[in-house]
Amino acid sequence: MNPLGTSSDLVRGKPKALKANGFLYYLKRDFFLYLMFFIPLCFIFLFYYVPMYGLTIAFKDYDVIRGYMESPWIGFDAFKEVFKSPDFLKVLRNTLVLNFLDLLFGFPAPIILAIFLNEIRVKWFKRVSQTILYLPHFLSWVIIAGIMYQLFSPNTGLVNILIRSLGGQTIPFLTEKWHWLFTYVGIGVWQTAGWGTIIYLAAITGINSELYEAAVVDGAGRLRKIWNITLPGIRSTIIVMLIISLGRIMGSSFDRPYAIGNPIVREVADVIATFVYRVGIQSLRYNTATAIGLFQSGVGLILVLITDFIAIKVGEKGIV
Amino acid sequence: MYSRTADKVFDTIVYAVVIIAVLVCIIPFLHVIALSLSSNEAVVAQKVSILPIGFNLEAYSRIIKDATMIRSLLLTILITVLFTLLGMFLTVCCAYPLNKKRLKGRKFMSMICIFTLFFSGGIIPNYILINNLKLLNSIWSLILPLAFSAYNMIIIKNFFANIPESLEESAYLDGCTDVGILVRIVLPLSAPALATIALFFAVGRWNTFQDALFYITKPDLYPLQLKLNLIVSASASTESLGESVGAAQLVPEVLKAACVMFATLPIVIVYPWLQKYFVSGVMIGAVKG
Repeated sequence: MNPLGTSSDLVRGKPKALKANGFLYYLKRDFFLYLMFFIPLCFIFLFYYVPMYGLTIAFKDYDVIRGYMESPWIGFDAFKEVFKSPDFLKVLRNTLVLNFLDLLFGFPAPIILAIFLNEIRVKWFKRVSQTILYLPHFLSWVIIAGIMYQLFSPNTGLVNILIRSLGGQTIPFLTEKWHWLFTYVGIGVWQTAGWGTIIYLAAITGINSELYEAAVVDGAGRLRKIWNITLPGIRSTIIVMLIISLGRIMGSSFDRPYAIGNPIVREVADVIATFVYRVGIQSLRYNTATAIGLFQSGVGLILVLITDFIAIKVGEKGIV
Repeated sequence: MYSRTADKVFDTIVYAVVIIAVLVCIIPFLHVIALSLSSNEAVVAQKVSILPIGFNLEAYSRIIKDATMIRSLLLTILITVLFTLLGMFLTVCCAYPLNKKRLKGRKFMSMICIFTLFFSGGIIPNYILINNLKLLNSIWSLILPLAFSAYNMIIIKNFFANIPESLEESAYLDGCTDVGILVRIVLPLSAPALATIALFFAVGRWNTFQDALFYITKPDLYPLQLKLNLIVSASASTESLGESVGAAQLVPEVLKAACVMFATLPIVIVYPWLQKYFVSGVMIGAVKG
């Protein structure tokens, strides 16, 4: 079937058998395309939208034996219980603290690194550096945790051996609360800084080179060029990335805190995702865990919408 | 008038910072490789830094002889391959129609897909679903749920959008069907983008262990990352290592290091080639279309 319409269509108008712009007409014309889309649609429906409906468990007193339909409706009771629970508040605090620290240290790092990388003239050095800098991004958190626990081990770890040989005292990088916090963030920066430079470097190459030439004529040195041209030039990229990061402030990845955390530091390491895992899957308190999950997803959605709105206001193209 | 010295100082700082960053990235990795290839005595004496001392492949041979590790490896490869194939299929089936402007309801269909990026059921509803589908402790629980990725789909859709419509139109005029156009024109032209997304799927699946942790509780079905997590986080009691890799006479550090390297070996082997595709993938994705 020719989707562009046969010439007789154009001349005489559509045949009476099919309504001019009716749904059936389009279905027939593009049947194959709709069929194609139908397959992923099934997956999307089953694995994304059905669980969304399952969020209503948060409002029910879910009993595995009685099943979903028979479980009584309890409204917001589960939520009230959750918000009063000191455990949850602690976990919420941890999530926000970790994300905030990640933002504070992890956000500037790729920008600075990208600017520095851009200043490098020796092509092979730049390429090799970038290849190495991207490596941490490809490692799973289990691998990274394995490496880091090895490296920072109090007695046998390379870092502490070095510290001791320089006369210092062993530092409990991963085995004491406060040290763990900063090691955690540091590891996060380690994993993302190199990869993050890609976006910023791409933005930097988009800056008009005439601006630089004009600056040289005006007597600007390297630092001044960076401050007055490069940074403003990538301003919009920075803002978009910042907005996206802020939108994720409630989110918690699971793999990373789970792999890097350990029972000693649970008080600061437990985040919403790991808490939901313990409470939900391990202790089977489904409706509490679901309520927390709903809270997190809901806040996440609201944040995305807000930050997208702000992005548009500031002049960037939104994602939605 | 700018100072040449200031320039030189600045240059030095730039190179120094980058070199430090590069070292920081790679030394931890080299250290673990070195540990895995070193002899017990050297490790206990804390002499190993970035080069192996007392080079021996004992730990690796121990791992290769361990049936559970090999089984885990093969299982993970199987899961990754199936996941990637399914993912690519779903991605193309979704991206191709959504790219056709003449499709009625296109915007709505796109929204259905994109909304999944912003909101999800969360851990528990997904767990309950997998449970109800009787997929707990089945490799399909790791293949089916995440096979559709809106993020990857958007990248491919944007790529398809860059293929000139005139190519497709002339194919129609030559009597080609929709299938034909897809298979003979669009797919071959998109080969680089498709390869990139296939790698996104494969690496993503290889590295993720959250869903395996939730859904797989039978030890012989543990994918590699999950197995590794147990080995690494076990409080280094020799018994737990001994269980899985035979009578442990090896210092735990060496064995652990070897396990870590074993689990990441495929990634490391194809790495330089891999990163080239990933970088270009980020570029394609970054172009908001």
